[in-house]
Amino acid sequence: MNANTFTLGRALRLFIVSFGALIFLAPYVFMISTAGKAQSDIFSSSLNLIPQNLSYVANFTKALTRVSMTTLLWNGVVVCALIFVIQVVIAIPCAYAMAKLKFRAARVMMVLVMLGLLVPIHATALPIYVAFDRAALLNSYFALVAPFTISVFGIFLFLQFFRAMPDDLIHAARLDGMSEIGIIARVIVPNAWPAITAFAIFSVVAHWNDLYWPLIVISNQSYATPPLGLLYFRAAEAGDDYGALMAATLIITFPLVAAFLLAQKRFVEGITMTGLKG
Amino acid sequence: MAEAIAAPGLIGKSSARSTAERREAHSGWMLSLPALVLLFMFILLPVAAVILMSFTDYELGYTGFKWVGVENYADLFTNRTFKRSLWNTTVYTAIVAPVSIFMALGLAMLIESEGIGRSFFRTAYFLPVASLLVAMATVWQYLFHPTIGPVNALLRLVDIEGPNWLGASGYVLYGLSIIGVWQSVGFNLVLFLAGLTAIPRELYAAAHVDGARSSWDRFRLVTWPMLGPTTLFVTTISIINAVKVFETVKTLTEGGPNKASEVLLFTIYQEGFVYLRVGYASAMTVVFLLILVILMFLQYRIQDRQVHYS
Repeated sequence: MNANTFTLGRALRLFIVSFGALIFLAPYVFMISTAGKAQSDIFSSSLNLIPQNLSYVANFTKALTRVSMTTLLWNGVVVCALIFVIQVVIAIPCAYAMAKLKFRAARVMMVLVMLGLLVPIHATALPIYVAFDRAALLNSYFALVAPFTISVFGIFLFLQFFRAMPDDLIHAARLDGMSEIGIIARVIVPNAWPAITAFAIFSVVAHWNDLYWPLIVISNQSYATPPLGLLYFRAAEAGDDYGALMAATLIITFPLVAAFLLAQKRFVEGITMTGLKG
Repeated sequence: MAEAIAAPGLIGKSSARSTAERREAHSGWMLSLPALVLLFMFILLPVAAVILMSFTDYELGYTGFKWVGVENYADLFTNRTFKRSLWNTTVYTAIVAPVSIFMALGLAMLIESEGIGRSFFRTAYFLPVASLLVAMATVWQYLFHPTIGPVNALLRLVDIEGPNWLGASGYVLYGLSIIGVWQSVGFNLVLFLAGLTAIPRELYAAAHVDGARSSWDRFRLVTWPMLGPTTLFVTTISIINAVKVFETVKTLTEGGPNKASEVLLFTIYQEGFVYLRVGYASAMTVVFLLILVILMFLQYRIQDRQVHYS
């Protein structure tokens, strides 16, 4: 292997990964560029990345006035926060009990959790929808949040994590007279932040992006989550007003992408942890 | 006699232990009770209900229902839309899963062996995973636009008249597949990168000593077997995610044109939540659930047979 082929191979390698990255990033480039183009501009020169006459203001105004973007983003934040907090409050005690306490149901629960991992919302949506419809609970935060309050995946993830925690830590706390709730709050949770962050990323990404369930239970715009709101916007903006559409997409994509760019390392760690263990 | 004397002490000890045990079991129950109740309400009960409803002709808005036995299932397999939907889902999965797995593996190995820009490349490929799919689907709709879209404008530069990616029945599944691959490569890539980093360097040195000189040999003898568990996991997740394709179809094509992009979850959604034929949609859901069960079962089987290196 001489130096020449080495540099050639390396150049080829760099070219491939860079070219791939360029393709993967291209949609973002076009999104940002098109969000600033006037209608005439979009129709005449699709490969020109720099808008001829900047229409960012016009397009963003359209995007912000047709559908209330702030309501959408706020709904997204409220729904994701509620889901995550309840999931954690429910899953951590359960996972702790299954990992560290001896009780007969633990084994059965393990089977239930493994079965639960198989069942996505798409499979349970019909009966839950029928029940919510009967109880007049549709079109509410409750309807958006309730089915996700139990995360078997969360239980599974925390269970794996807690099993690896030393028993001595818990015994010592018990000798100090702490209750089980006290142990969870003051010993388990402070030591479980890596698992909690990983789960937070998993949960928020999943529910921020989910379209299926909100589409089913929400028909009132004021409860729409970001993906659903964008569908409404597309419907209202029928036709080819891609400038305004791209502006709306930009506003809606931005929060999670910004969070990802700021906390990349955590995201990647979280995905590897939740991914490999899931 | 000796036994009789020893007995009270023994009983005392074991009953002390059993009160501690009983208390532990009691807290175990209390701590897992909320999770159990919710698990029952939102997973077990609904699954049981879906299975039961699949044997009825229940429609939302009507009061009564009749038990119809397996009629819904018999209907499903003569229903052209459903058969089309199963077929389209299969084609989509057969494209998206392998392409996104091998593309991610290839890119991960290239990025891993390249010193420069590792975190930049990882970010670039991962960005689609963190982006709102409904939003990015809208961007792809613009990119794929037959007349004003950049993709066909680029193709025109080299004198190719591009197809109507999302509007022609012969192309729509390919268009959606491209979006699907774009969206899932980054996730697989991150998992493969983690798997690659975990391979001990000494193994490559050992393989080299044993005569594995070419990079293909190194891949065949070290990388591929060591990545086994990661690959299996990535494969399962990729297939399951591809089977669950919905967002892009709902946003861009609504199953069209002419049912050419009708996929499983979209058909279930239409039947159950638009036409409100709950019984019939439940039968479809059971089929969907069975597909997931079979996939997971296959994964467990392969996992059991796999040699564990770690």
